[in-house]
Amino acid sequence: MKPRFRTGQPVTVLQAWPRTHCRTPFYCRGKTGIIERLCGAFRNPQELAYSGEGLPKSPLYRVRFRQQDLWPGYRGKSEDTVDIELYEFWLEPAA
Amino acid sequence: MATHETHGQHDHNHAHDHAPLPDRDGAWSDAQYLEAAVRELLLEKGILTADEIRRQIEAMDRRSPEQGARVVARAWVDPGYRQRLLQDGTAAVRELGIEIEPVHLIVVENTEREHNLVVCTLCSCYPRNLLGLPPDWYKARAYRSRAVSEPRTVLAEFGTAIPDHVAVRVHDSTADMRYMVLPRRPSGTEGMGEAELAALISRDSMIGVVTLAPPKP
Repeated sequence: MKPRFRTGQPVTVLQAWPRTHCRTPFYCRGKTGIIERLCGAFRNPQELAYSGEGLPKSPLYRVRFRQQDLWPGYRGKSEDTVDIELYEFWLEPAA
Repeated sequence: MATHETHGQHDHNHAHDHAPLPDRDGAWSDAQYLEAAVRELLLEKGILTADEIRRQIEAMDRRSPEQGARVVARAWVDPGYRQRLLQDGTAAVRELGIEIEPVHLIVVENTEREHNLVVCTLCSCYPRNLLGLPPDWYKARAYRSRAVSEPRTVLAEFGTAIPDHVAVRVHDSTADMRYMVLPRRPSGTEGMGEAELAALISRDSMIGVVTLAPPKP
């Protein structure tokens, strides 16, 4: 599967709330960050958790978010970041 | 001399300065019943032997932060190795005989401008093959929630002051990657060899909650 996003590209995490096991923390949903790197392709944990095959594999990225974009009133420095591993099907190009 | 029977009703050949400690054998949780049931089925069907299970537990208990320290010390003395480690952590630790797969290793380097901190907000993902079992605080809700939202305060509570000109990079270990911090080599260690350096490297410095102080003279 050809990766849809490239390093440096801004992406937004879907505002989705599936009632299943998933590996997307609530605190980044709907937030915009930058693709830090492509990690490879991995089985879908939302299916693996229920004895599924999790195929086809999905590209997995590290997305870098600015802390001040994640937490209103963040009390650190504006350069501070959080990198989160996110599967491609949770991401869309930033508007 | 009495033979040593079960504690509690034996004759003593040693002094006790405390009341008998209660056994902490509470009722089993559902997970304990599930583990026992699955384990007994695997044995009964001949898929695993009791000795194989015992050996695996022994191997898992043997993992310790010494593995990670060996990797860091090598990276400090060998610039080529450092580069390979930052490029592809999984392959670089395999060079030292450490297998991390099926998960993959990303090594993040502390510099004059960046300090890295590792957390798993969703559970307790941790590079066990390099660092052993995670500390209890790493799995606690307080660390998991605060390390991402107020990392500088959490670091200060560990005694780690991050200057204003240094960016804090938190890594949330949410999926198939595992993370290890490559701490900065302390001053005063210039003449040291790999083994001596490895002895200076703490577990917590490889999680990123502390930095390493120069060795005491």
